[in-house]
Amino acid sequence: MLTPIEVVEVAAASPASAQGGTNMLNELLAKAPRPEFVPDWVVPLNAILIGVGILVAIVSLNAMFGTWLERKVSGHIQCRYGPMRVGWHGWLQPLVDGVKLLLKEDMIPKGADRVLYVIAPALVLSSVLAAMTAFPLSREFFFADIDLGLFFILAMTSTTTIGVVMAGWASNSKWSLYGAMREAAQVVAYEIPLGISLLVPVMAAGTFNLIEVSDMQSGGFGVLNWLIWPWVNPLMLPAFLIFFVAILAETKRAPFDLPEAESELVAGFLTEYSGIRWSFFFMEEYAAMLLFCVVGSFFFFGGFESPLTSAAGGMFGDGSVLHQLAAFTTIVVKGFAGIFLMMWLRWTLPRVRIDQIMTMGYKYLTPLALLCVLLAGIWEVFLAPYLPWR
Amino acid sequence: MDQQTLQRIFYGALGLILLVVLGGGLAAAGWPGAAFALFAFMTLGGGLVCIWERSVVRSAFALMSTFMGIAGLFILLESDFLAMAQILIYVGGILALLLFGVMLTPPDMSERKLGRVLPGLGIVGLAILWVGLKVAATAKWAVQGAPLDGRADGPISSAEAIGVGFLAVDQYVVAFELAAIVLTVALVAAVYIARRRLSDVQPSRTRAGEVG
Repeated sequence: MLTPIEVVEVAAASPASAQGGTNMLNELLAKAPRPEFVPDWVVPLNAILIGVGILVAIVSLNAMFGTWLERKVSGHIQCRYGPMRVGWHGWLQPLVDGVKLLLKEDMIPKGADRVLYVIAPALVLSSVLAAMTAFPLSREFFFADIDLGLFFILAMTSTTTIGVVMAGWASNSKWSLYGAMREAAQVVAYEIPLGISLLVPVMAAGTFNLIEVSDMQSGGFGVLNWLIWPWVNPLMLPAFLIFFVAILAETKRAPFDLPEAESELVAGFLTEYSGIRWSFFFMEEYAAMLLFCVVGSFFFFGGFESPLTSAAGGMFGDGSVLHQLAAFTTIVVKGFAGIFLMMWLRWTLPRVRIDQIMTMGYKYLTPLALLCVLLAGIWEVFLAPYLPWR
Repeated sequence: MDQQTLQRIFYGALGLILLVVLGGGLAAAGWPGAAFALFAFMTLGGGLVCIWERSVVRSAFALMSTFMGIAGLFILLESDFLAMAQILIYVGGILALLLFGVMLTPPDMSERKLGRVLPGLGIVGLAILWVGLKVAATAKWAVQGAPLDGRADGPISSAEAIGVGFLAVDQYVVAFELAAIVLTVALVAAVYIARRRLSDVQPSRTRAGEVG
């Protein structure tokens, strides 16, 4: 049995790789030939710029693929095809949409607070971009291997709320204001169960670091050591259900899409936005979905670990390029499986009322999450050390 | 001078100050100095904007800059846990609730009615300023350059330090537990005060708070 001090030490133990460790971009750039007159500090600066470029590309591509997938999924759920005209099964539709959004007139309502109205979409998108820096693409390729990666992601995504509230208030329209108020109330309510439910896998794994969590779930053909399995910790499944409901509310997805609620509030906080500013909000929404699904797959479903990854690691050696590619593929597949599940729920369930949302968040999910943490802690301290497979 | 000119002068001055501070920080201590200058400017500038703006909501949004600046200062001091907790609690929680409260004021509310409370607020402000200056004058400051240039023995995890501090039996575990109890009592009391009495509830077709 661990004493409290040992528990803390296990929970906070940081590897040498965390903080200022290896960053593949940095290493590649340092090895690349460069002329004499280029000073040394250009290397980290370039690594940062390239990293940001990759992140923006990921967010945009994800938004493009996400909108297409959303329309196809909704179409097939409603027994129709969805976009079919542009490209094979409409796969080029997002490009056409993007051109349309770029060319659209950028309107600012007369009574709007111009400064805040312009800042809001940028703030929303930048907060989710900042959160994505903690998202490792494979075990060796990451932008920032943060010791407290999960905590960083939660902190950064919580600032999205401010941007949405800003958008709603600055639009100076009652629909926008109602949307913003709903967003503020909903996100504050669901941040609590979201954070607490994630404590269960954090306790089992003993770390906040995404790469370490993935590493400790390795073995067992890449499947059997996932944290979600009841033989690892039986409280993990209820914790995951709470987590999933909370991320639906955090990302404003139906049945919790009250801030937008197109049939009640026109489009909620988005009502007055058009063109590229409007699309920023959607890039944020899809990026946040990907982010939370990836976090869920790291902390419940094995992260990089899958039969594919372990096979690639066995055949080509750990850390080889193919192993890394397998890890990247795994995390993308798991993330999009989560996104597909969210879309499926969106087109299946009706929207709930605001009082139902608040009741569920405060009265049921929060106490349940606390109970989960308590029981999982008891399991981890008193039972887990005696289990032969841990 | 009309309102708009004043606004332009104020924000122009803020921009100039930012440039000067950034340049000064860069010249004095390199990139860490510039980062410190930026975060200090965010903290103080956010506070100035918060006082200057006449719209309450804009003031509240200016507070976000202050909170983020403080988080940045924590990161410069290699206290990443505190920085993230600062953002999570102050920006994600407290500021959102604050905005929830002030958002229903109209955007063109031009005057803030301070009136009688102004002298009292002034006294409190001066007292806080005096305490701050006193602390700044008497505190033992770290050796110049020590935190900004990084530690020689590598970074330590601030989460570990805090966790050991709170949970090790010979340190602050009693204070930690006491704070937790006080917060729980406050929470329960708040719920008790705010709850609707059964007699207040209007009969309606669907029971309020029912998850359907």
